[in-house]
Parts: sequence; structure tokens; C-alpha cells
Amino acid sequence: MIHKFHLKDLYIVLDVCSGAVHVVDELCYNLLDFCEEEMEAQCPSAALATLEAPPEDIREAYGELFTLYENGQLFSKDDYEQFSGRFGPSPVKAMCLHIAHDCNLRCDYCFAAKGDFGHGRKLMPLEVGIAAMDYLVANSGARKNLEVDFFGGEPLMNFDVVKKIVAYARGLEKKHDKRFRFTVTTNGLLLDPDIRDYINREMDNVVLSIDGRRSVNDRLRVTPNGKGSYDAIVPKYKELVSHRKEKSYYVRGTFTKYNLDFTQDVLHLYDLGFDQISVEPVVSDPKLNYSIGEGDLPAIFQEYERLADVMVEKKSAGEKINFFHYMLDLDGGPCAIKRLRGCSAGNEYVAVTPEGDIYPCHQFVGIDGWKMGNILDGTLDMKMKKMFAATNVLSKEECRSCWARFFCSGGCNANNLQYAGDIQKPHKLSCELEKKRLECAIYVKAKLAEE
Amino acid sequence: MKRIKTINKTNLKQTAAKGGCSECQTSCQSACKTSCTVANQQCEK
Repeated sequence: MIHKFHLKDLYIVLDVCSGAVHVVDELCYNLLDFCEEEMEAQCPSAALATLEAPPEDIREAYGELFTLYENGQLFSKDDYEQFSGRFGPSPVKAMCLHIAHDCNLRCDYCFAAKGDFGHGRKLMPLEVGIAAMDYLVANSGARKNLEVDFFGGEPLMNFDVVKKIVAYARGLEKKHDKRFRFTVTTNGLLLDPDIRDYINREMDNVVLSIDGRRSVNDRLRVTPNGKGSYDAIVPKYKELVSHRKEKSYYVRGTFTKYNLDFTQDVLHLYDLGFDQISVEPVVSDPKLNYSIGEGDLPAIFQEYERLADVMVEKKSAGEKINFFHYMLDLDGGPCAIKRLRGCSAGNEYVAVTPEGDIYPCHQFVGIDGWKMGNILDGTLDMKMKKMFAATNVLSKEECRSCWARFFCSGGCNANNLQYAGDIQKPHKLSCELEKKRLECAIYVKAKLAEE
Repeated sequence: MKRIKTINKTNLKQTAAKGGCSECQTSCQSACKTSCTVANQQCEK
């Protein structure tokens, strides 16, 4: 299977199963319409009769395509089905710790029901956090790298507990031959110099929420009194990042129907001095005013193309800027097994609430029927774990034949459930956005490879 | 080649045989938390 697309000045061909990406000329691009999955050495006569080019050029172009085919870089066979038996229940290696089901902002689009996940405002007690670390170590098998995200709500509202959990987990590392990697996601309001230095020392990654321009951010990211958060957080984020050196961070925003010109927000964040940027589409009930709908796709696609131009321009000029969804390592990245397995929610990855309840991931928290167990009483619904383990690209009918399957790996199971009604059915709108982002990401790579 | 430029060298299929160690980051943890793009994760090997 191949996917070909013409974007701006480039004709690009992705060989889906090998991952090879080719930039071809227009004749090769058109000639591919005449090629079968099983290519013959002889140029198809229909191509010679139809394409408006000299026959010797068509034969030459076909010869080059056939060479790729013989090298396994074009129409390569899908022989991944043989790995479908490898997706059983696995050790738990990653945990989203809901350290605070409370928040000091009331962002309109919050998927966590303004911070409490619909089940009341609570902070995680230390003993639950400690039990969660013990649970993770005990259930991680031979996995060395364990990831813990401090998430909310707003984790900084319960930061003393965060520090104690980190100290406890560090004490487990040597004894159990594990390495904890911590991440915190914050809205920044409670950042102070002590917390900043602590985060920069202990957290492998920090996600700083901000939507971009002041007007965009302050429309939806507001305090309980309705006041915008931009002016309070920007100086704190700048301080944190300037002290962070080379450690990972992202400024992370959400774009909605209100700012379909989100390239301006990416540029604004860059102009503020942030170079690791993620701005992502809101996923929400289509009835809400700010929700993105299918009718918005043409404008969003155009905007992603605009952003691709910006990235090419800046990177070509030697500027350091990284847009999360255009990050693609075409020569490396995760192995094919990881790409087939997908997000791992409910299997390798779980979320734990302040009560110690286990959910498949942070997006499932609070949804009736998706509680998997509890770390305090040791319960775990193995049937549900097995079901999630068996949910992968190969199990999703629509994904099996999609050209993007080795990039998105079947999408977000929680979004699939909430907006497509079934974890096995991809959320169509998310798929369309993902596919466009991938085309743009590949385009950026191809443009930069030209230089 | 005159008409085609291939911009990457590795073949995804070759990563399957020794893949699946699960030491890499769980997909949606690094930044997004809402939308999966597995392909932008790094391999730990």
C-alpha cells in the first residue's frame, strides 16, 4: 500500500509498510495511478497511451519506480499480521497520578469537568500516592523505565504530596533496579521559585499549559472569577524554562473554533522565547460553541500547511523550534511492534485517582463503567485489561487499511469511546486532523532534506 | 535516480523482529494527553 499526496511544490509518496518516503517528480506521481500492488517489470501500456509525456520518459520513470518496488520500498507487502499474537496483558510501566481533582482555573473546554472529573474536589492523600508507587514497582515486571505523570486538576495544589511521593519513589529505584521518570502538567498559577527549581531538578519533563496569544488564552483559560490567566503565568513559564537548560518541556495549548488561525499562537509562544511547542485541537462535544466540526476542516488544513511553511522557514534559517505534532523521525522512532500496539492505555498505562481507583487512562477517569480496580485493595479487572491489551491497530477494522496506521497507531481509545461510541472505532474527526498533520510533518521533513 | 529522491534509509519491517521491549515512553504522555501520535516517540535502544 502507498499513500501519495501533492503538497505545495512537492509530490510525496509514502510506502506504508516499510515507512519509506519518496519525493518524486510529477510524471512518477501520475504514473503511480497505473501501477498495481504487484508491479510488473514492463511499463503498463495504459500509462504509455494516456500520460502526456514522451514514451521514453514514461519508461524511465517506471523503471525508477520498479527499482524501489524490487528494493521493498514501494508497494511493500503487509506481513504484520504475524505479530497479532504478541498483544496480551503486559506489565504496568506508566501511571498518570491524579494528584489533585481540583483546579484553580475554570477552563471552558476542560475534559476533567473543570478539574474534579465530575466526582467532587479532592486531593490525593500521601498514602495513596505511596501505594501507587509500590503498585507500579510490583506490577512492572522486568521493565526498568517507569513513568509517572503528576496530573490533575492542578498538581501544584497538592505539591507537598508530589515531593513526598517523588522522594519515596527515588528510594525504590536502587532496590528494585528501576528508573522513575517524572512529568508534571501544570497551569502555572502556583509556580514560585522553590517549585520551579524542584521541577527543574526532579521532573524529566514538564508540560506548561497556555493557549498562545493573550486574547486566545484568556477567553477560555480563566480563574473562577472569570479573569484571564495569561499575565500571571507567562513570566513564571519564562523563568522556569530559562532555568531548565536542556531538559524536556513543552508549552502546550489547545486550539478551538475560536482560533483556527493557531499558527499565530505557535508563533506567539515562540516569540515569547519558548521553542518546544504543542498546540492541539480541542476534542469536545460537537454541540459546544468552541468545538471543532467537520465544516472547519478546510480552514484547519490550510492552517496546518501555513504552519508547515513557518517550520520550514525557521528551521532552514537555523532557528530552534519544535512543534510536537510535526516531530517525526523517519529514520528511527519507535519499532513496528510499538506502532502496532498503540497507546497502551488500560494495559501498560493506567491512571490512578485520589481514591486509589484505577482507570485505563486519564481520559477515562470518571466515566461510568470504566473503573478497573483500586490500588489500595489490590483489585484489577483482568478482563478489562485483556480487552485493552487486545485493542491495537490490527484489531480496529478501519485502521487496518489506513495509510496512517504506523504513525497514529489507532488513535486515542478514550476519544474513540466518547465520540465514536466504541474504543475499536476511530473518531473520524481526529483521524482527519491526524492525517493532515502527518502529511505536513512529512512535507517539512522532505523540504528540509532538499537543503 | 533522476526522478526520485528517497528521504529515509531505514525499513520499518526490520524493526519488528527485535522490537517490543516496551521501555519507551507511553505514547500520549509526553505532551499531548489527548491525541495519539505514536510515531513521534523515541526508541530507548
